[in-house]
Amino acid sequence: MSENQGRRIAAQTGNEAMAYAMKQINPDVVAAYPITPATEIVQIFAQYVADGQVKTEFVAVESEHSAMSACIGSAAAGARTMTGTSSQGLALMYEMCYIAVGLRLPIVMADVNRALSSPINIHCDHSDTMGMRDAGWIHLFSENAQEAYDNMIQAVRIAEHPEVQLPTVATTDGFIISHGMENVEHLADDEVQKFIGDYKPQYSILNVKKPITVGALNLQDYYFEHRRALADAQASALEVIKNVGREFGRISGRSYGLTEAYRLDDAEYAVVALGSTCGTARVVIDTLRAKGDKVGLLKIRSFRPFPKDEVMAALFNAKFVSVLDRSDSVGGYGGPVFTEVRSALYGQTRKPPVADFIYGLGGREIDMEMIEQVFLRMKDGQVKPDSVQYLGVRE
Amino acid sequence: MSQLKRYQELNLGGNIERGGTAAEFKTGDWRSFKPVYHPENCIQCLFCWIYCPDSAVVLRDGQVTGFDLDHCKGCGICAQECPGKKKVKAITMEEEVR
Repeated sequence: MSENQGRRIAAQTGNEAMAYAMKQINPDVVAAYPITPATEIVQIFAQYVADGQVKTEFVAVESEHSAMSACIGSAAAGARTMTGTSSQGLALMYEMCYIAVGLRLPIVMADVNRALSSPINIHCDHSDTMGMRDAGWIHLFSENAQEAYDNMIQAVRIAEHPEVQLPTVATTDGFIISHGMENVEHLADDEVQKFIGDYKPQYSILNVKKPITVGALNLQDYYFEHRRALADAQASALEVIKNVGREFGRISGRSYGLTEAYRLDDAEYAVVALGSTCGTARVVIDTLRAKGDKVGLLKIRSFRPFPKDEVMAALFNAKFVSVLDRSDSVGGYGGPVFTEVRSALYGQTRKPPVADFIYGLGGREIDMEMIEQVFLRMKDGQVKPDSVQYLGVRE
Repeated sequence: MSQLKRYQELNLGGNIERGGTAAEFKTGDWRSFKPVYHPENCIQCLFCWIYCPDSAVVLRDGQVTGFDLDHCKGCGICAQECPGKKKVKAITMEEEVR
């Protein structure tokens, strides 16, 4: 181990910040396969391993399917296990991702959100992790490199919490965060170690004194009960994510919740967004507020579990809400965030109309003017309630 | 079968707190061909025992005595690998008649 590194502020990209968080976490096992734009995360981490700065067993595998398979074996042995991927790589992991959930293995993954082929594209949208939104993973979005660093550290605590015991993915927006350099404040190595604590797995396949059967067949008699237990674990995670976020705030000065409201209290027109777009929206909101427009943002940090009560409470007072979806549920009624938000509001007596703007697929630019237009169109009554439209596409 | 458990009573991840439980799940009725043992052609090389993916070759005192047909799925690997005696197989596959 290198000597204990104290707190410092570093200029880092999102990938460097996530790799650095992994270094400070110092997991037992990392199994990964490189893919743009997430390659650097495990490449940098592999260098830490080669330089002896972590005690991690690094498993270089031949595919992402193998990466997640190795992670499952490692986590079932009771090792603190991490991986990193993106896009097609995550898609190749999907099959094993469901197994990690069913076996209740608290693997932590860094995913850099990138569009899925075809057409082939390497830039940001949220289609990759949205594609496994029903798998049972805890799913945290990051707005910037600092949040990416903070989310990785918190993800360990959330995943391993005895009432949760679910794999957790922390994401960044491809290139926008993963390759954008920002100031990132690091905790000291010992602070991170103290915060995450020792992992005490309930089971280990390597414990010969307590032999277990892992992955037994469940048919009509028991499969349903095991899947039902996942709903409880996700529900418990709502409180755990908030508690871990508060505790993280006490040591770092940066508190986290399931959502974050920005100038939303008296807002008449609100947007709901995930990831880096929230940063752009804040600037637009400040500009419009300076002109007297009552506008605000609801950022969703935890997409799974989906914090429906917080979403309801944050939005019910608005006159109109527009959801910004960076992925499309093709053939569905709007993008994934829209369907969740609208569903959360539907049962309320008092509720604003909601519309969906699907934007930014394949890294298509979302700039301040576009978000400003969404606000102004809401204000001018030009957005049809319940409508789904595409923002920034040539049509 | 004993009383089925509610979901709250299950072990984390469906783990069963003992090993060797696969033996309790009988898979032999999947078979369409069954292995037949001809001891007169057997040289006790134990290739069948090594290759069997279902641990369904039964040994007694280190000697092949036959098959566990509750678990043999009839894949035929044992018969394929069997060198036999003077090129006459000690294991042949026969169609299962039910």
